[in-house]
Amino acid sequence: MRNDPTSQQGGSFYQRDRSWHPPAFTPDYKTSVLRSPKYALLSLGNTVSEMTGPVFGHDMLGPLDNDLIRNHAQTGDPIGPRIIVHGRVLDEDARPVRGALLEFWQANAGGRYRHKKESYLAAIDPNFGGCGRTITDDEGRYWFRTIKPGPYPWPNGVNDWRPAHIHFSVFGHAFAQRLITQMYFEGDPMIWQCPIVMGIPSREAVEQLVAALDRENTLPMDTMAYKFDIVLRGRRSTLFENRMEGN
Amino acid sequence: MVQPLRRLKESPSQTAGPYVHIGATPNFADIAGVFPHDLGSQPLDAAVKGERIVVTGRVFDGSGTPVKDALIEIWQADAEGLYPGQGEKRGEADPHFPGWFRQPVDGATGVYRFETIKPGSAPYFDGRPMAPHITFWIVARGINIGLHTRLYFGDEDEANAADPVLARIEHRVRVPTLIAERSEENGQSVYTFDIRLQGENETVFFDI
Repeated sequence: MRNDPTSQQGGSFYQRDRSWHPPAFTPDYKTSVLRSPKYALLSLGNTVSEMTGPVFGHDMLGPLDNDLIRNHAQTGDPIGPRIIVHGRVLDEDARPVRGALLEFWQANAGGRYRHKKESYLAAIDPNFGGCGRTITDDEGRYWFRTIKPGPYPWPNGVNDWRPAHIHFSVFGHAFAQRLITQMYFEGDPMIWQCPIVMGIPSREAVEQLVAALDRENTLPMDTMAYKFDIVLRGRRSTLFENRMEGN
Repeated sequence: MVQPLRRLKESPSQTAGPYVHIGATPNFADIAGVFPHDLGSQPLDAAVKGERIVVTGRVFDGSGTPVKDALIEIWQADAEGLYPGQGEKRGEADPHFPGWFRQPVDGATGVYRFETIKPGSAPYFDGRPMAPHITFWIVARGINIGLHTRLYFGDEDEANAADPVLARIEHRVRVPTLIAERSEENGQSVYTFDIRLQGENETVFFDI
């Protein structure tokens, strides 16, 4: 990956469209009120500090890292709907981002997270940990197997519930591409009632985070499939860039 | 009609949430046996060149309360100012130095701590040297999109004064929010870098 042509050909990254992302201050999501900067961000043209990023090799992956049904199994399989999540990581020019490290985490089928600060009364599943990771192939593809997470109540409004979701952390080829987001499931009515989701300004942008039910990739009598593509920042060509070393 | 540019949109960010540790640092979250160790928490290889330093501090919200569920990633050059990852075109960095580390803040005190080396200087895009710095990326519950900032070193006055990024901060009173103060602990250099998300002495965050 150190010599990946897609990490060498590019210039600086396209400016992030911050009207597409959720702003920092989204008061219906209460915790954002005191955790959002009040000053404007300082715009900084990409330097070598932002245009480089860490390398993660396939040799770091264990054989069950992308199988959440098996990677924490103690006495058998976890309970819940068996699903495959798959898709591609692309840049804004629709080029595959190969060698991207994806990490994912989620609650179990009942909406319970395995975390010491979590006190929801739905039961822990002894056979489900809730974390996994994988690295995209040469076409930018990834896949993992898991249990569909349940919705989950949280102390925001008195009766707020998160839609079923899987958290994604993505490392592209540069620190400028670093992204954490959440995947939702097609048809879930709770998506449109969630203050975290609705912090995203446009419906179109929200829909980019909704995975489609994928019958063609469903394994009959075994596992349902959802397709979720992820788009990272693209980068300018260097054709007309007149930048010194360090670009 | 003009031709469409047909560019895809970046996937919108969402908060990492309070349970980011499950995915990013599962061993810290007491989920043992899935990954052998938490990515980015490895100790510094003894062969790494450069001055060993500790970087520590806390993240505060707009009320001055320490944030106890943040996750911090740092990315930095090696002692010669070369980045050890992808996209570095100027030469081969120290092969023993990963350049990237990740730590959760302590769940009770909010303190984070990295053991790393002091980076060398890397060039700004016009070739001028930037002062040694460490890039910080902070995510947490309540943070909808990860916050980028930079740590600069309190004992690099001359380099900091010439740094082209610090020079772009119009409100000079805000520059010290990016400068980590140096102290000594058992003969080791410790730099304390507190991050204030909002309000008085709010840290400068970048749109990169």
